[in-house]
Amino acid sequence: MTTREPPSHIVGRRGSPLARVLVYGTLIAIAAAFLFPLVWMISTSWKDQLEASQAQSTIFPSDISTLPANIKSNYTAVWNDPAVTFPIYLRNTLIIALLSVVGMTLSSAIVAYGFARIPFRGRAVTFAVVLATMMIPFPVIMGPLFVVFKNLGWIGSLKPLWVPAWFAGAFNVFMLRQFFMGIPKELDEAAKIDGCGHWGTFWRIILPLSKPALVVVALFHFIYVWNDFLAPLIFLPHRDQFTLALGLQLYQAKAGNAPWNLLMAASTMVVGPVLILFITARRVFIGGLAADGLKD
Amino acid sequence: MPNSSSQLNTDAAGWLWISPWLIGFLAFLALPLAMSFYYSFTDYPLVESPLWIGLDNYKALLHDELFLKAAAKTALYASLSIPACTILALVIASLLTARVRAEGFFQAAVFLPTLVPMSASAMIWLWLFNQQNGVLNKIVTTLGLPQVNWLGKDGWVMAALVIVSLWGIGQMVIVYLAAMKEVPIHLYEAAALDGMGPVRRFMNVTLPMISPVILFNVVTLTIGAVQVFTIPFVLTKATPGGDPHSMYFYTSAMYDNAFVYAKMGYASAQAWIQFLVVLLLTGLTFLFSRGYVHYRAG
Repeated sequence: MTTREPPSHIVGRRGSPLARVLVYGTLIAIAAAFLFPLVWMISTSWKDQLEASQAQSTIFPSDISTLPANIKSNYTAVWNDPAVTFPIYLRNTLIIALLSVVGMTLSSAIVAYGFARIPFRGRAVTFAVVLATMMIPFPVIMGPLFVVFKNLGWIGSLKPLWVPAWFAGAFNVFMLRQFFMGIPKELDEAAKIDGCGHWGTFWRIILPLSKPALVVVALFHFIYVWNDFLAPLIFLPHRDQFTLALGLQLYQAKAGNAPWNLLMAASTMVVGPVLILFITARRVFIGGLAADGLKD
Repeated sequence: MPNSSSQLNTDAAGWLWISPWLIGFLAFLALPLAMSFYYSFTDYPLVESPLWIGLDNYKALLHDELFLKAAAKTALYASLSIPACTILALVIASLLTARVRAEGFFQAAVFLPTLVPMSASAMIWLWLFNQQNGVLNKIVTTLGLPQVNWLGKDGWVMAALVIVSLWGIGQMVIVYLAAMKEVPIHLYEAAALDGMGPVRRFMNVTLPMISPVILFNVVTLTIGAVQVFTIPFVLTKATPGGDPHSMYFYTSAMYDNAFVYAKMGYASAQAWIQFLVVLLLTGLTFLFSRGYVHYRAG
């Protein structure tokens, strides 16, 4: 990439210093407002109960030396809560996330290959149907879907939450198809000459060249599964099958007036892995999104 | 046709490759959609088989005050949240185009909240909106204003939910920013030569050039707003003693009918109305945008 200046209507080539101060001031205020709720969550989680609920509290406990002890006692209290078993919710969430992410990424790639590389009859119409399905709100089908899963004997297991992921997701198919179409067809031809069929081309040429796009699909689907609330609420009737997102609500509801420091410690535990994932893969998230958003 | 057998092979291969999607579509989308259509004309309490009752569910919906209130509340929420989110996202994205240092940090700060699970988000805002000790009321009282009952009174509840929705605009900001960066710089130079200030450059250059992206995002926001559920659901459960219906939205009513009262037929009628509303709103958005959305040639 060149270092060409990005276009902007805000500050022209000769932006005045005052304009720049205003832009920075506003941006800093906005960033602070967006980050504050998370900072306050973490901050509340490392105070003792009394100080956490006081109106005049600060980011750190007033006696900073109590911080490690507060962290230890708050988080162990939440983790070991006898009624709301977070370790089991974590296990369930990880099982669902792992199976879903693998299934979603692989199946979406296979379907996207079919749309990108095989000129079968009915392709255009079918692809339009794929796109149209993105408009159907989940609540519209949630009732009958429950009936379907019940008839399949899946209610009472984790299956309703990960098996459907193995049948591709419309948006992911759309995105991967775009990416695959950007790979030169000459590579396919070369593979064909080497005796590769579709499967060989897909496996040896397309997939290895598509790692960045596959990582974006996998990451966003992981976040989706980790965060999903409505589907687990409907399809998981037993508490020992709950996911973390659902368990957090149960914790709040069960504990009634859960002290704020413990509720925020529980929330931090649920948000934490997502935060860490974001910090380590920030570019993938933001880059993937910026690229997708323009392909419409 | 000389190639018909090879075209048949191609067809077979193509349908085979897309079969995962096709099977999932039929089993987990088309079938439930058809079932829901059928159920909507039946009385179906789940433990017994569906009983045909014609249009009774739809007729009953017209007199279901709780449902009508929930639908009106959803419409109000959508009409407040969608413009608010779109405007704020455009403003932030514009600011980020101003060749700022640490652009990556600002992007990350705005984007991060979109990754927070909604149930955790609800807990955080439950605490921030807390009447006695919440941070927002601390700010309000410091300014000399009376405490606000954010999650108790109807009007404030709506304001609170719109604030929460604003916290989640990060993805849009990133997409708008990327779109704005694609606008050819010579257009701005020409506009500047014409003596346009920043506001007119935004209205006359940026907005028309990124209008297809705005349209797409407004449609996405609409589909999301019509089905809003999780945050109000968790917040309602978390404020016992409050009005159980101050945060009762369309999907809340559907959830209750389907899974609490086991009135699957009635819930399905609501589902189909929701589906048609989404189709209608999407269609209208595209229709009204015709004169305004500018697609680049080529």
